Amino acid sequence: MNSHQPYALLEALNLDVHYGGIAAVKGISFAVEEGELVCLIGANGAGKTSTLKALARMIPASGEIHYRKERLDQLPSHALISRGLALVPEGRGVFARLTVAENLAMGAYHRNDTAEIAADLNRIYALLPRLKERAEQVAGTLSGGEQQMLAIGRALMGRPTLLLLDEPSMGLAPLMVEKVFEVIRTVAAQGVTILLVEQNARLALQTCTRGYVMESGKITLADTAANLLADPRVRAAYLGE
Amino acid sequence: MKPYVRFPRWFGLALIALALLLLPHLLTQVGTAWVRIANFAILFIFLSLGLNIVVGMAGLLDLGYVAFYAVGAYVWALLASPHFGLHMPFWAILPLGALLACIAGAVLGAPTLRLRGDYLAIVTLGFGEIVRIFMNNLSSPFNITNGPKGITRIDGMNVAGMNFSATDTFLGIPFSGPTKYYYVLLLLLLLVIVVNLRLQNSRIGRAWVAIREDELAAKAAGINTRNVKLLAFAMGASFGGIAGGMFAAMQGFVSPESFVLHESIMILAMVVLGGMGNVWGVIAGALLLSFVPELLRYTVEPAQKALFGKMLIEPEVLRMLLFGMALVLMMRFRPAGLWPESRHKREMSEMKEEAA
Repeated sequence: MNSHQPYALLEALNLDVHYGGIAAVKGISFAVEEGELVCLIGANGAGKTSTLKALARMIPASGEIHYRKERLDQLPSHALISRGLALVPEGRGVFARLTVAENLAMGAYHRNDTAEIAADLNRIYALLPRLKERAEQVAGTLSGGEQQMLAIGRALMGRPTLLLLDEPSMGLAPLMVEKVFEVIRTVAAQGVTILLVEQNARLALQTCTRGYVMESGKITLADTAANLLADPRVRAAYLGE
Repeated sequence: MKPYVRFPRWFGLALIALALLLLPHLLTQVGTAWVRIANFAILFIFLSLGLNIVVGMAGLLDLGYVAFYAVGAYVWALLASPHFGLHMPFWAILPLGALLACIAGAVLGAPTLRLRGDYLAIVTLGFGEIVRIFMNNLSSPFNITNGPKGITRIDGMNVAGMNFSATDTFLGIPFSGPTKYYYVLLLLLLLVIVVNLRLQNSRIGRAWVAIREDELAAKAAGINTRNVKLLAFAMGASFGGIAGGMFAAMQGFVSPESFVLHESIMILAMVVLGGMGNVWGVIAGALLLSFVPELLRYTVEPAQKALFGKMLIEPEVLRMLLFGMALVLMMRFRPAGLWPESRHKREMSEMKEEAA
């Protein structure tokens, strides 16, 4: 595991998630440093999404979550975005019957700096020009990839420090997956710290600087992305070699 | 632009206002009963606009909404009738009824916060029945509601010495009791519509719509879903409370029989028929479902007598048949309601475009 740094942006200690009697996440600990692009890879049902939802306080969990100098595990989910922590939920979760523009506006719901919001909106339209073209279209009528872009754009409207991305490649055509990851790289390059949960291990490791491998609720490997890509266990289990 | 004569906006509004002001006098010519029917139609607009906040905007299917109507009605009945010997003025009990209904909305809403869809509908249906059964049984050991017999001789409205149950004459024009109530209701209606339109486009309104669309994403966007949902229940209920108070005053009698599940379903039908989420659509739905049954009552019987010499189908039966047919046709041709919320409409038309 990565050496224990005193001021990690996000740090989870002994995170534990149960669904009824079934343990989905079994006391894992990990950290994300400011400016990093970290991925959490693993098979279906390994507990990746549960981990991310627990971080975003969407499901009950035990253990400690340190974010900056606060304990996230003592905050309600709606209080996170104003602290710079944004979640892009699995399955995109756009507001299907609102327009693209209205969706993006919802991302800035907690803010009231009107001029800054307008500036951010233009920045996001520049980053994701498809959204600008479709600004007045209802989100439910967008393609899967466009909806994913919208979900990311909406999260960015909250000016996050840390972006939690849950399976952004899910259900998308390969070409669209490439585009979505291109956006993720750009966002990271702009200084947003990213924790990415992804089943597409190869793409995730190629994109990120560091990675954790999850297996039935536990973190089994933690290393730099390059080392993980070279690791024979990862190659055998997740890269299909 | 099409070449047509453009009247200024105020001109149209003035015409509508004039028509609404003259309406009770015109209806009196047909029969005083029609003024009462118009009054009830306005009450149902209050109710369906209240339910629209919960169902249409926040997307929480509430099948027990009539409970809040009952709370408002019983508050008025208990505080302004010989039952307890209390005769409080309307300006005290109408807001009090709204407030208590509002609290009841929050209290009944609180345990349902984690539920959605069908489960929410079942629990709210249960709550609606619980309130009615309470009204039915709170007659012993202490007689609070007088049970199924209901409360009689409820005070009507009384403003500055003007009694709303008697006819007065101003400037040679007779104003019957129902006509006076009509004007009060019209005034309240204006207030209710303004509040609803403001809500629809407010920050809270957007939060409700976000919860309706995706609760998780709404939370991630920083919306306190628990509080915002409770607010929807509470605000919706307070409109029900106002309607209930006016109902008690107009009828002079309340009993648990007026607050059965069927009423909740009627109100829901008004919201769905008109167009969930759109204030004007809901108003249209409430007017339609209030007036059509009455029209049937007055036309079906004479028409059948004239045609067949006797009554073959009761108007009640025909009403249900027509409602059923209307619902089926609606689902087929206008699934988003007669006058849908603009975003629903947008979605429908875009789907068509995409298909083409």
